Amino acid sequence: MFDAIGIESFEELLADIPQAVRLDRPLDLEPALSESELVDHLAQLASRNVDVNRELSFLGAGVYDHYVPAIVDAVLERGELLTAYTPYQPEMSQGVLQAIFEYQTAICELTGLDVSNASGYDGHTVAADACFLAKSATGRSKVVVAETLNPQTREVIATFAPGFGLEVVEVPHTDGVTDPSAMEEAAAGAAAVIFQQPNFFGCLEPAPELAAAASAAGALPVAHVDLLSLGVLEAPGAYGCAVAIGEGQSAGNTLSFGGPHYGFLSAREEFLRRMPGRIVGETVDVDGKRAYVLALQTREQHIRREKATSNITTNQTLLALAGLVYLSWLGPQGLREVGEISMALAEHAKATIGPSPAFDRPTFREFAVRCRRPSRDVVRDARALGVHPGYALGREYEDMDDMLLIALTERRTVEEIDRLAAILHEVGA
Amino acid sequence: MRLVYEKSRAGRRAGRLPNPDVERVDVPAALRRQAPARLPELAEPDLVRHFTELSTRNFGIDTGFYPLGSCTMKHNPRANERVVNLPGFRDLHPYQEEDGSQGALEVMWRLQEILKEVTGLHEVTLQPAAGSQGELTGLLLIKALLDAAGERQRVEVLAPDTAHGTNPASVTMAGLELVDVKTDERGNVDVADLESKLSDRTAALMLTNPSTLGLFEEGITELTEAVHSAGGYCYYDGANLNAVCGISRPGDMGFDVVHINLHKTFSQPHGGGGPGGGPVAVRDELAPYLPVPVVARAGDRFVFDADRPASIGRVRGFGGPFGVFVRSYAFIRRYGPALREMSEVAVLNANYLMARLREAYDVPYERACMHEFVASARTLKKEQGITALDVAKRLMDYGFHPPTVYFPLVVPEALMIEPTETEAKETLDEFVDAMLAIAEEAKSSPDLLRAAPNSRPVRRLDEVRATKHPVLRYRFDDHPSSE
Amino acid sequence: MSESYPTDLYYNREHDWARVAQGEATLGITWHAQDALGEVVHFEPPEAGAQIAAGGSYGEVESVKAVSDLISPLSGEILEVNPAVVDAPELINAEPYAGGWLVRIRLSNDAEVDELLGAAAYEAWVAEQ
Repeated sequence: MFDAIGIESFEELLADIPQAVRLDRPLDLEPALSESELVDHLAQLASRNVDVNRELSFLGAGVYDHYVPAIVDAVLERGELLTAYTPYQPEMSQGVLQAIFEYQTAICELTGLDVSNASGYDGHTVAADACFLAKSATGRSKVVVAETLNPQTREVIATFAPGFGLEVVEVPHTDGVTDPSAMEEAAAGAAAVIFQQPNFFGCLEPAPELAAAASAAGALPVAHVDLLSLGVLEAPGAYGCAVAIGEGQSAGNTLSFGGPHYGFLSAREEFLRRMPGRIVGETVDVDGKRAYVLALQTREQHIRREKATSNITTNQTLLALAGLVYLSWLGPQGLREVGEISMALAEHAKATIGPSPAFDRPTFREFAVRCRRPSRDVVRDARALGVHPGYALGREYEDMDDMLLIALTERRTVEEIDRLAAILHEVGA
Repeated sequence: MRLVYEKSRAGRRAGRLPNPDVERVDVPAALRRQAPARLPELAEPDLVRHFTELSTRNFGIDTGFYPLGSCTMKHNPRANERVVNLPGFRDLHPYQEEDGSQGALEVMWRLQEILKEVTGLHEVTLQPAAGSQGELTGLLLIKALLDAAGERQRVEVLAPDTAHGTNPASVTMAGLELVDVKTDERGNVDVADLESKLSDRTAALMLTNPSTLGLFEEGITELTEAVHSAGGYCYYDGANLNAVCGISRPGDMGFDVVHINLHKTFSQPHGGGGPGGGPVAVRDELAPYLPVPVVARAGDRFVFDADRPASIGRVRGFGGPFGVFVRSYAFIRRYGPALREMSEVAVLNANYLMARLREAYDVPYERACMHEFVASARTLKKEQGITALDVAKRLMDYGFHPPTVYFPLVVPEALMIEPTETEAKETLDEFVDAMLAIAEEAKSSPDLLRAAPNSRPVRRLDEVRATKHPVLRYRFDDHPSSE
Repeated sequence: MSESYPTDLYYNREHDWARVAQGEATLGITWHAQDALGEVVHFEPPEAGAQIAAGGSYGEVESVKAVSDLISPLSGEILEVNPAVVDAPELINAEPYAGGWLVRIRLSNDAEVDELLGAAAYEAWVAEQ
């Protein structure tokens, strides 16, 4: 190889690197490991984690322990899909392109909207994307978020909004949900109103009224929804939302300590040219055969540069593919059942575990209770007995130190709920 | 091939759910779903076949050589998939208490330490979801520092005209302003042009190094010194870090902020578009502004440190894309201190390809390249009317994924080629043979190239139609019922 | 159509043309501009009534892989957007100087016309590029 290049030593290839900035020592890294040593090392680290197989867990708060069927693993292990880059060359990538087209279709069906992108980073960053879209669509410089919107989502919006030229206004909750008239007042002059259904406390918001309040003020109504709720809860498009966003994890992704997961973003057709990220479209090849290709690329950073609708390039296609496989595995009937079962288990738990609900509201799969002790202490003591009872709301909300947020998925059983009840009793919750 | 929706038959299903003995409850009528989503209805065997068929219509690095410039398509060791699927990682809830997630936090902390050493900088956030989010994060860090120093008038970010489009887009999203800097005839940043654009409005220089031309900036320290003496900061776009690991470090070159594309340099399966990871490493001065939380070590324990009052805030959920960290950590541990060999082989492979392809293609810069290089089909176009796109499409018939084409824009008919360290000499030779054969075909049978590809599931597409008459979802109503 | 630059038009260096008559002008892009862009798939027009300035952007045209600002050769108020081009942007390729016109404006500064290039000067500019 040196001969072909015309060099005598490898160093000649580094001639352009000034001597002063060359590293004159080996990197100070731990010794190399063989594959078996590596697997043992990571297995040892993994064993220091208490995962949901080792501890009965009622944690949710945005990330849920729904079952991920084996078919998802099987599809994701296909190297042709797993190890492909973004489908810039459509003839090489019809598999991924068609899968994204099918995913976009599923997201549009679930959210009741017209167009979906190929995925965003997670359920939080797509909220910032929606703000950017709303700013460019309305020219307004304020966004309104419900306090019941996932705290991490609100934090991400707060990080990026100033760079977009947006001020953020929060509407406090009233007994666990958002008051539409307070929302309408806050929405005056806003580019968008973002609320979550079901909200962070698990409560069902008066979503149609909130969307109407936003529209009345000329702001885009944006619903942050959970895909697995959309078999039983109405589609955001059906109650007037302009944009629907959310975290896709619950549909087909493992917990994975918070990522990688996928965010979804869909919108009414009128916002098509303002959509962030990749979008796949249908077309034909020179023989007239149906085929798929990245469409409307002039929105994107590699063409429009500083005027692009977003800077996103790498997205979460593999995780979105997992979502598509999972949703196809469920089908419409399964989707409704998973929602109904989770909701029924949550209702059963609400009635039987002891501590009383913090809010007198209909809920979906998750609900808050008020404990007699600080909920962080309840978590600590219950974990010592082998059960993680849920998320201590005081971690994110002031004045909620006694509240515990308990999530039920279809994986939980009546016996496990009985066990939770017994342990909550034992720790004096 | 039919869509999964076209294979759907009412009433079929793959998944069965538990049926607990609890009373079903109703959603309030006003909030209840009216029309069910038309998700596919298929039995599991048909579903498995559908997705298997899709996979056969796709090409990954597992399928063959994938020299897509600037994308660093390297092998994804299968051990990484094994470890990321350990139940202790895969099934760990992100809100698990710290005492129940020590192993995960240790992986993150160890990766942070490695990235500090590789970049020569002082602190790291793993949170950004991808390179472009790392860019935006890095710019917001610089902006926060300038704001704190009372220098809000510094809003200009200088970037060379060869930069990826993400750089200018990130500048806009950070609320800053882009200033283009020219490239000189050797492919370096034009230092005189840069200096003429520095002022008390300069926030930062944003530089990809090696550049998108695959060239190391020869005057790199002059650039960083000039920017620093004008009161600005230096941002290193680490998209091309695969060229320099263990050879040269951005921190030693004078950069203040670096993002690292874990999905490129440190081998994340790209999954047809993602996921990625875009950690950002910074000099001490910028550390107070890092997104929260950062993983810290407290004695023999690992904790999420969220106590950074000056932080720019959170840029995505939780601590970042954890599964990506596990894979990249595992990848790096296979090399250990010899990580430099990874970059050396990547550079050697690229130079070998460049030397051999000079025979039939234009190579605009007479310099050694780093991990990638840009060739051009400009002579073929002039003499035979054959474009870079024709060459790319014909390569498919030879069983190779094409290089990146028409980027960077400063080279006409660009073919941007990045072999990575993955490839054996035999693979590189086969690729060269194909490229040389294609250059011959351009003369002897150009129509063969214009009609390519002929071996893929589809031939060239009507991209105009896809954009002019967008069909972005299956139109159930336009198709006869499948029931 | 083949390359041509009608002599009754004025041009700027950003490859836009103007047909000036009685205090008004019709604007479009040149043969060279549409050829460089490829098939135009989208025209993002300004709103009628908007004020546009010479040298400023008044809209965009897009092909599949490129987007180009429309740089107005002259200042004025938008009187009309060509509805045919909004519906069928490929008219810009087929008839850049006729059916593919983009907007009609009322001029606010007639003197600006003197700053523009004639057909011969523009053609020389294109040859230089």
